[in-house]
Amino acid sequence: MKEKEVVQGFSNNVNTRNRYGAVWQIIFQASTIVGIIALIALMLNIINSAFGYIAYEARVDPDTFTVDGVPLEQQSKDQLLTLLQSELSSGAYNKLENEKPFADRSREEVFQLIVERIIRPEIVAVWDLWPSLTQADEIRATVAQEFPTAELDFVSWLTSDFVTRPQTSEPLTAGVRTAILGSLWTIFFTVILAFPVGVGAAIYLEEYASDNWLNRIIQTNINNLAGVPSIVYGILGLALFVRAFEPLTSGEIFGLVDPTTANGRTVLSAGLTLGLLVLPIIIINSQEAIRAVPRSLRNASFGVGATKWQTVWSHVIPNAMPGILTGTILAVSRAIGETAPLVVVGASTAISFDPESPFSKFTTLPIQIYQWTARPQAEFQSLAAAAILVLLVLLLSLNASAVLLRNRFSRRF
Amino acid sequence: MAELTKKNTEKQAPITSLRRKPRWGETIIQSLLFLSGFLSIFITLGIVYELGKEAMLFFQMPDVEMLSIITTTEWKPHINKFGIWPLLTSTLLTSAIAMSIAIPLGMSVAIYLSEYASPKIRNTLKPILEVLAGIPTIVYGYFALTFMTPLLRQIFGNDAVQIYNTASAGLVMGILILPLITSMTEDSLSAVPRALREAAYGMGATKLEVAVQIVVPAALSGIAAAIIVGVSRAIGETMIVAVAAGAGPNFTLNPFIGAETITGHIVRISGGDLSYDSIDYNSIFALGLFLFLITLLLNIISQAVVRRFREVYE
Repeated sequence: MKEKEVVQGFSNNVNTRNRYGAVWQIIFQASTIVGIIALIALMLNIINSAFGYIAYEARVDPDTFTVDGVPLEQQSKDQLLTLLQSELSSGAYNKLENEKPFADRSREEVFQLIVERIIRPEIVAVWDLWPSLTQADEIRATVAQEFPTAELDFVSWLTSDFVTRPQTSEPLTAGVRTAILGSLWTIFFTVILAFPVGVGAAIYLEEYASDNWLNRIIQTNINNLAGVPSIVYGILGLALFVRAFEPLTSGEIFGLVDPTTANGRTVLSAGLTLGLLVLPIIIINSQEAIRAVPRSLRNASFGVGATKWQTVWSHVIPNAMPGILTGTILAVSRAIGETAPLVVVGASTAISFDPESPFSKFTTLPIQIYQWTARPQAEFQSLAAAAILVLLVLLLSLNASAVLLRNRFSRRF
Repeated sequence: MAELTKKNTEKQAPITSLRRKPRWGETIIQSLLFLSGFLSIFITLGIVYELGKEAMLFFQMPDVEMLSIITTTEWKPHINKFGIWPLLTSTLLTSAIAMSIAIPLGMSVAIYLSEYASPKIRNTLKPILEVLAGIPTIVYGYFALTFMTPLLRQIFGNDAVQIYNTASAGLVMGILILPLITSMTEDSLSAVPRALREAAYGMGATKLEVAVQIVVPAALSGIAAAIIVGVSRAIGETMIVAVAAGAGPNFTLNPFIGAETITGHIVRISGGDLSYDSIDYNSIFALGLFLFLITLLLNIISQAVVRRFREVYE
């Protein structure tokens, strides 16, 4: 009798335990689904803002500038320049001339200036993709009622023009070319600094360093540096590159720039700052790649009389290279997405001309996104969404190339 | 064979001592490599020196009193009020909100991936997590401002929730930190040997009991390290709070109103053309040094936890 009770109790208990197990399994699965939903929501939210209806009004009707029956869009550069000169104040015209001589500007650039400065289309209302698809009729009715002179267009904020146009303050003509070039220049200096030093440090730590206190400190220090918030690197860059090395980073000692306007807030400073930021990541990733090269390869090389460096150069580095490159690409994609340190180092808030030398003022893609996001108007949010898509495509292709590289060249020993 | 040996002896090279031959190239290369490694020490020293130097200037300014920094509750540089609390409370508030999302979710996802998911599901989910981890933080900031804030305002009402608020920044920061905690936790869970699980199953344990009572305790040091690293990441996170948490220090614990964090304040102050030797310029170095020391301490603790409490299995 007693025995039966125990068995009874046990089986009841098993049911409860299994129920608990089932409930928690659902909770664990639900958590995973929440994570995926967050990613989907993030993507949809960006796409939602990057397309949709806009209503805009021209402040000045372009038809008034038709000369001899030739509409504005088909006029030659000289005609456009004459128009620009007559419509703008001489001060504004000279300012444009100073920024970049009109002789150097293409017809498209001049046309864009006319649209920007004279016709000045103004966005009066913006709709996201979802309402644009589901409530198109209502949107048309609203526009017809509230903005009778406005034109309604379904636009993709992300266009090929958006990628190739320079930055402007008008949302309709703004582009990210300046920012993309700024990002590329910055990353170039980041890689120049961080790749050789990072790989060198990794080789030292894996191949040369004996287990003494100094090398242990170096290793611990690198692990800690990888966890330092990026904004701290920005502050370091501000003190070190922008201020202490100002003659060097502003290009003053090379005599390449006008010393009265030069300052250290340049592409070079930004690139070096990001270089310090990704250095620990490159070192740690390269160390892992070097560690994966088997001992036997080194011993074989030593066995035929190679020196330490010959072994490292001809056997360790070639075999570790795919891993090192993969790690470097991942570090670079981290650097491309960094915003905070560059704000601190002093990315320019509004520049419309491409960086041309290491000593140019700069803006980068994430900085551009930050500035557009920070503005309250809906059209700038849409611009930010389009710029985010450009950034994500850039990062995704970098990551994909890292994965390809890993799969293509990875060797198993 | 005999011929070969004969040839070799004929061509016998003069015996030299390889050991004593100085190889200058090798030495130079080794020194260069050492310098590369040593540069990281210089970076740390540079951070401590530069931040410390400017922070000292800040503390020595006549308007700045050490005592009032920790006793007063207003941070208004333009009228020389430097109480750290409004910046610190909002930093702690956003981090706490973020961790209250990231720890339970991150651990659940990690347990699911390591204990429940089939290899096929695991191989699809892990890249998704890596994608989440690779998205730049400014994108999360945009997400917080244009998705999370409107969502919160819809749920709690426009009057209760301001456009800029610490809740939306904190929640999105939780999503940002989720993959970090998940991957670190998952690593330490899968490092627990299979034999422990089999033994528990043999005793009649259910899957949940194995996961929660056997595997998680065995991996506790790794999980603790993941949480500490997550906290350090949350405290140093900048762009989400700069975009979504609001401008202007605000001494409050209400998550629905705007309050600037330490990092957000540094970004806003340095966003304009900051003149050197101004009190603002020096104050960001003091705040930066504070951030550096906190995160350094957390990272050291996390490494010590792993070293000290790691269960080593054969």
